[in-house]
Amino acid sequence: MTESTQINGQANGREYAAGEPPPLFEERAINGRLQAIAAGEWFPAVVHPEVERESEIVLAINNFSLWYGASQALFDVSLKVPKGKVTALIGPSGCGKSTLLRSVNRLNDLVDSVRVSGDMTLEGDSIYASGVDVIELRKRMGMVAQKPNPFPMTIYENVIYPLRIDGVRDQKLLDEVCEKSLKHAALWQETKERLEQSALGLSGGQQQRLCVARAIAAEPEMLLMDEPCSALDPIATSKIEDLIDMLRGEYTILIVTHNMQQAARISDYTAFMYLGQLVEYGPTPSMFKKPKLKETEDYISGRFG
Amino acid sequence: MSQIFVREIDKLKKHLVCMFRLVERNYSTAVRALTENDAAAADKVFAGENEIDDKKIDIQEECFKILALHQPVAFDLRFIMATWKFNNDLERIGDLAVGIAARTRALAVLPPCPPPFDVALMAGRVHTMLTRSLDALINLDINLAAEVLADEDEIDALHRANLKLVKEGILADKNQIDALINYLSVSRYLERIGDLITNLGEEVIYIVEGNIVHHQYHDEDPTG
Repeated sequence: MTESTQINGQANGREYAAGEPPPLFEERAINGRLQAIAAGEWFPAVVHPEVERESEIVLAINNFSLWYGASQALFDVSLKVPKGKVTALIGPSGCGKSTLLRSVNRLNDLVDSVRVSGDMTLEGDSIYASGVDVIELRKRMGMVAQKPNPFPMTIYENVIYPLRIDGVRDQKLLDEVCEKSLKHAALWQETKERLEQSALGLSGGQQQRLCVARAIAAEPEMLLMDEPCSALDPIATSKIEDLIDMLRGEYTILIVTHNMQQAARISDYTAFMYLGQLVEYGPTPSMFKKPKLKETEDYISGRFG
Repeated sequence: MSQIFVREIDKLKKHLVCMFRLVERNYSTAVRALTENDAAAADKVFAGENEIDDKKIDIQEECFKILALHQPVAFDLRFIMATWKFNNDLERIGDLAVGIAARTRALAVLPPCPPPFDVALMAGRVHTMLTRSLDALINLDINLAAEVLADEDEIDALHRANLKLVKEGILADKNQIDALINYLSVSRYLERIGDLITNLGEEVIYIVEGNIVHHQYHDEDPTG
């Protein structure tokens, strides 16, 4: 007996013709919701109850929308980022995850045509209220960009830069912060003998860890990471991932990643976005084992996006 | 969706359905050999066992390969995990079919003894469970899978009744002890196959729902 005749045979009293595979063999069609979103419909996000049960919320995004000129990039997004947890934003290119991340520390203010509605709060303080001091706001959040961006100065000066611009002069304090931050960023052993050398002499992976050290030097309330490993090789990537794991608990981390396996490995919560909408948000294990929406399942299993 | 992955997982699905068919065929042949006292059919069961073992290895290798190369998640991951378990359970069912064939061979050299219970009845019920579990898999039908789970109680009840009949038979005619014990083993093998088929049903539910169904196993029957 050939395998094809077995499969096209009878199952549960039903005959399946050659062109009509039974459900196990059916490549499931793209679900209607994603198509509807693409056609401009808005759906409330499916948020798992575990997220709602988190008591301490560092960042709350409330009905946030954003336009670049006439085109809308974020649609009424509401998302709570719990304290001490790693929250990953995933979604296909153009889903708005980087825009959302950059809205948190108002980097989008730098784009002329940007217009927003809704608000975000950091530890209860409005981010978008009029009169907010954006520089002060950004000091409360460390940011790690896609490409390592050390400043053209020594390793030491890179790390303590946030304190330097704040006018801290106490050499002992600066030394302490430098050592502590580099240790936290798992870079101390590799750099303690060369603190006065240029940061540009470090490898890409080391530079990225240096950026993490700089981001945490001023002890921000949260860390924003925009695809921090996309320019790194697998070894450097795993070091950054270990670092994120170490920082978990102490820091609240919001990370955008294209690498879904990375989101699965390092995050506590995963938010799936599509075309500017938050689609599903829940604990990472549930999201990758059995998400509530088929749309999410289709995306994380690579069937879509 | 990468077409490479679709091809790989489709291949695995076909292997699994084929494994089901091989085991079902061997089981049916074993039961026929016993009920029709057909020694040649019993030999076929032993031969069929090798084919099942080969298929089991194919499936294991495919599972490994997909896990190593494609890192499946969600439905695909659940399917691979379930397939791994299907594979083991089906192979065990194949082993038990061989057990039935071995009892048939043993009975063939003993003085003739009518079966103390209705072998065809119990074997038929188990066969229905097996085909239903395959249907449940192919159709991803959790209701049918749940029916498979429910069927197990009936098989257990039949086994208990068979045990009683065997005991009565032994008390009635001690010369038939050897034959009757062989029949009791058959009943026990069928009961074990029923147990394993409920695992298959649980796996289907796991694939579809992501829930691990906890099934209460009955205590091993020491007389088996």
